[in-house]
Amino acid sequence: MARIDLVDLAQSYSGPDADLESFALKPISMTWRQGGAYALLGPSGCGKTTLLNLISGIVTPTRGQILFDGKDITPLSTQKRNIAQVFQFPVIYDTMTVGENLAFPLKNRGVPKAQIDARVAEIGELLDLTPYLGRKATRLTPDAKQKISLGRGLVRSDVAAVLFDEPLTVIDPALKWELRSKLKALHRALDLTMIYVTHDQTEALTFADTVVVMHDGRVVQSGTPQELFDKPAHTFVGYFIGSPGMNIVPAEVSGREARIGGHVIALQRSYDKLPAGPTIEVGIRPEFVHVATPAPGLLLAQVERVDDLGRISFARVRIGGVKFAARVPQGFSIAGSDVGLVFDPSRVHVYADSRLVEGVA
Amino acid sequence: MMDKTVNQKAWFLVLPVFLIVAFSAVLPLMTVVNYSVQDTFGNNQFFWNGVGWFKELLDPSSDLGGRFYASLLRNLAFSAIILAIEVPLGILVALSMPRDGWRVAACLVILALPLLIPWNVVGTIWQIFGRPDIGLLGYTLNHMGIDYNYVSNEFDAWATVIVMDVWHWTSLVALLCYAGLKSIPDAYYQAAQIDGASRWAVFRAIQLPKLNRVLLIGVLLRFMDSFMIYTEPFVVTGGGPGNSTTFVSIELVKIALGQFDLGKAAALSLVYNIIVLIVCWIFYTVMTNAGVDHTKREGAV
Repeated sequence: MARIDLVDLAQSYSGPDADLESFALKPISMTWRQGGAYALLGPSGCGKTTLLNLISGIVTPTRGQILFDGKDITPLSTQKRNIAQVFQFPVIYDTMTVGENLAFPLKNRGVPKAQIDARVAEIGELLDLTPYLGRKATRLTPDAKQKISLGRGLVRSDVAAVLFDEPLTVIDPALKWELRSKLKALHRALDLTMIYVTHDQTEALTFADTVVVMHDGRVVQSGTPQELFDKPAHTFVGYFIGSPGMNIVPAEVSGREARIGGHVIALQRSYDKLPAGPTIEVGIRPEFVHVATPAPGLLLAQVERVDDLGRISFARVRIGGVKFAARVPQGFSIAGSDVGLVFDPSRVHVYADSRLVEGVA
Repeated sequence: MMDKTVNQKAWFLVLPVFLIVAFSAVLPLMTVVNYSVQDTFGNNQFFWNGVGWFKELLDPSSDLGGRFYASLLRNLAFSAIILAIEVPLGILVALSMPRDGWRVAACLVILALPLLIPWNVVGTIWQIFGRPDIGLLGYTLNHMGIDYNYVSNEFDAWATVIVMDVWHWTSLVALLCYAGLKSIPDAYYQAAQIDGASRWAVFRAIQLPKLNRVLLIGVLLRFMDSFMIYTEPFVVTGGGPGNSTTFVSIELVKIALGQFDLGKAAALSLVYNIIVLIVCWIFYTVMTNAGVDHTKREGAV
């Protein structure tokens, strides 16, 4: 167990002299708390697996350092770093029994036999593998294989962190839920630092207490699921997290007013000193804006369709050329093709060149 | 019943194949069967002999049986020795091959070269190479004080034939293993790194099990080839000194073309054939069973 610090860490697959914009991972500095449950969330190709492989040592960084508890371990090989990693596709040593599979990482490190047996029994118990420990690890279902892979990741009690690289990709949806809750329970039971890579926001938000959102090789925000929802630091976070994602609309902002296509909506905070150059946008989650009968003073929008998600319905509308989603209040029925939009001023955020601008209260 | 159109014309499409196979394989084989149950003294005169040749062949106390069993034992020993050398050596070569870059292509070409040389050329190369008077190997060995002569010394003859086979065919095993190694996903190596596995543990837990099937094919091919070997030892040693390197096929040719005992030779051919078929069948069964193990899945754990 350890605290992990990344210091100006960057990775380029085309050499250190490549253009910084082409780096798979742009320089980042951040700290992973000991015992935390982290999720690395982002679309495919955003650099999250690269970051994971840098931490585990499978990839050597182009620049920067990785510190475990303040010690620089950047030059160390994977074997010498105290890291466990579970991969997207389960890796099973199929000439061994299930129990031998679990014992393999310990055996390779010369742990005494009695200790191995105890730990394998414990992990087997946690993963419901106890009845199968003596069985050959062949002819298994994908989820059973992945459980064994998870077990091999968790079996070492002294690891600095356990890294999961989209471990549930090959699992049936019904079993996904079960394994994910299991992982969460394991995190509580074993007190290990866990970093979980995924492109699925549900997986990230249910597993982690800190979600790190990556976009185009950069960490754009890191925070609790609630923070990511309430106050996205980047329009990408707003759009990527939440279903439907945040509405982002170009606007002119001055003081406590935002002007969208000639219509003025109120803001709770004041934005007086906005820089002149960048593109200014306002963002609001569909949950905090609702449709109403068109009336003077309301922003007008054209309804395209209504998505009924069961407990809540969202109207897909258009403001000029911009797509927008808004909540349909219960009992409200849309008459005609136009609706008015009612904003919750405290939930409207202002973005300059996609980055959140803090207003003055 | 399914509603299938009955169309007997399909038989006409099979007919050409049937005729070609009959003409090129079945009829010649039947000729051999015909010879094996008869005796002939030339002039196309045949006398019925029943299973007489087979009885004699399988009776170790007869001259024919004695020669058959001796050559069979020699041949099995030869196959066992070359397998014991070529399989581990082939794996070792495959493991030490580069994984990418131009070196891969270079290695593959060099490895493929011996496989492209015709048998009798390989035999001739080694026949000359080993000669104590003008051969580079024989000359060097003798000048180093090692008394090496494959013409007069049984051990030297065997060593030459074995080294020649290893030289000629280890590449095949190596290439098969290389293909098998290439097909192992990187994730396995990464997982093994994470699990702290040593080089040996990686080989035992990942590479060897994954090579299982290609090795079976390699062993089958090398066994069959070495069990039926004729040209190379014939060119180098001619089966000698004495009968020490006379393998089954060399013995067969001696009986058929040297002594012109067509009945005995036909009986030997058929028994030889049956042995090959049985070994093939055993390999086939083992291989398909190994395959089942990987594809069939049992219930959830």
